[in-house]
Amino acid sequence: MTIIEGRVWKFGDDVDTDVIVPGRYLIGDVPEIARHVMEGIRPGFADLVEPGDIIVAGSNFGTGSSRDVAVKAMLATGIRAIVAESFARIYFRNCINSGLAPVECPGASVIEEGQRVRIDLLDGKVTVVDTGVVLEAVPLPKEIASILDAGGLVGFMRREIEADHR
Amino acid sequence: MGQTVAQKIIARAAHRDTVEPDEVLWVDVDIAMIHDSGGPRRIWPMLTELGVRVLDPDRLVMVSDHYVPAQDVGAAEILQTTRAFAKEFGVTRFHEAQGIAHTLMVEKAYLRPGMLYVGGDSHTCTGGVLGCLALGMGSTDLFGVVATGRTWLRVPHTIRVEIDGALAVGVTAKDLILTIIGDHGMSGGLYRVLEFGGPAIAGMGIQERSVLTNMCAEIGAKTGIIPADDVTVSYLAERGVDVEPGPVSDQDATYAETWRYDATAVEPVIARPHRHDDVVPASEISGVPVGRAYIGACTGAKHSDLVMAAEVLRGRSVAPGVLLQVAPASRGAWEQAIGDGTAATLMEAGAHILSTGCGACPGIGSGVLGPGEVCISTTSRNARGRMGSPDSQVYLGSAYSVAAAAVAGEIVDPRMLMAVPA
Repeated sequence: MTIIEGRVWKFGDDVDTDVIVPGRYLIGDVPEIARHVMEGIRPGFADLVEPGDIIVAGSNFGTGSSRDVAVKAMLATGIRAIVAESFARIYFRNCINSGLAPVECPGASVIEEGQRVRIDLLDGKVTVVDTGVVLEAVPLPKEIASILDAGGLVGFMRREIEADHR
Repeated sequence: MGQTVAQKIIARAAHRDTVEPDEVLWVDVDIAMIHDSGGPRRIWPMLTELGVRVLDPDRLVMVSDHYVPAQDVGAAEILQTTRAFAKEFGVTRFHEAQGIAHTLMVEKAYLRPGMLYVGGDSHTCTGGVLGCLALGMGSTDLFGVVATGRTWLRVPHTIRVEIDGALAVGVTAKDLILTIIGDHGMSGGLYRVLEFGGPAIAGMGIQERSVLTNMCAEIGAKTGIIPADDVTVSYLAERGVDVEPGPVSDQDATYAETWRYDATAVEPVIARPHRHDDVVPASEISGVPVGRAYIGACTGAKHSDLVMAAEVLRGRSVAPGVLLQVAPASRGAWEQAIGDGTAATLMEAGAHILSTGCGACPGIGSGVLGPGEVCISTTSRNARGRMGSPDSQVYLGSAYSVAAAAVAGEIVDPRMLMAVPA
């Protein structure tokens, strides 16, 4: 999953996990929760998303509660990457741990809704396909990239356990 | 080159002499906490999938605080799963309906200075009040921690927050931290540790100090820490735990920034809906009518908060048309309030007393808000829909400010109802 390309949904700064998945839905399972993703600021969002789509946002994406269903529900809607100027640290970790690529891209604000972007995770580049503009992204440290590459922390630990038994 | 207290704690946990900011390291975790919402129901399936167990139940604390008391069958099942997990893996430090995790970790002295502590909740940073490095993470990270005793982290830069002076009567640590958040914004501390110190901190008790570390989550920080001093040492000694002061940062430690405040100049402030960094003096928005007043959460319903509310409510009544609800942060806080007459004062004023737990703060428990309701709350967050309906409005303030608004029926500078000049 080193290259990810998809259509953009654009959001602003400080998108809170209380907005991504409101507390009143936490009692449910991920497929049910996924139907309400972003409901607070973009009603009907879950119905509009298609598999492979990408979220582009401003600074401090995923601030607030540590609920990692706010990542798992995003994945369940089909979102494959989140490009943001910066991430709230727990949300960033939750993305890595669940296999959803978090791409820290300080110049992300030039990207517009509906455009297509191509993300190269290894080189740390985000290309706006429609305009050809290439933006720099912060490359993932190799220790963290290896967890994402395994599809998340469970996959990463499975690899380690298998390596120990070999 | 000197090390900050955060670097020292990480270095020890990584079996290194020193560490530098931005390094990514694997570290040993001294103690972990999971709760009913993000804990067993999310973690157990992952353990099962990999065929692994809890590595060391004696380094794990479990708390059921989000779904107590069960309001429906789904909540009851979550609590059953949590109990079953504690039994299956032999977790003895398990507390159901005894209080909010972050309050209990401090009150029960599970945290010690210098520990590296990981909790499955964003307000885990509260624990930094006892001089440990308290890191909030999500369920999947906590799965990794309980299964292996380790986690990865990026060594943070530290911001020194130096507080001079002393808070005036009617002004609280909540007003101070809201002022700081208002100045720096909700991402002002992103990825960094806030290390608090100075004369104003030295003069505060542990409960008030813990509001500062608690709301480091609201400024985006990795955590907050108050290196252990004489106040910390006596607090722990009262709970039968003997420790020395420290660890502290070296004199020549490198800070990313230093933020200086004069506590004497801080006044009662309120965060307006729907951003906790939209902070204004209470006097500037006095007159905003409220129908709900909520004293709750790890942020704002400790014994010290209940005492503040009682100070305003003594001999007064909640205004007609206002519902004042109090959900104590722990059973201990409420027992103490019963013992010293605080509880009676709150009830005589007309407060509705709820069970201890997270309650309405995360929009899960008792007391959530309906569309159009306007609430003033001692909690920490007011994102749209946080405490219930997306069409409700939440103002955040100190226990003084919430109690004063409950009496007035509208937001006021609480000093107007106290024996001090506003």
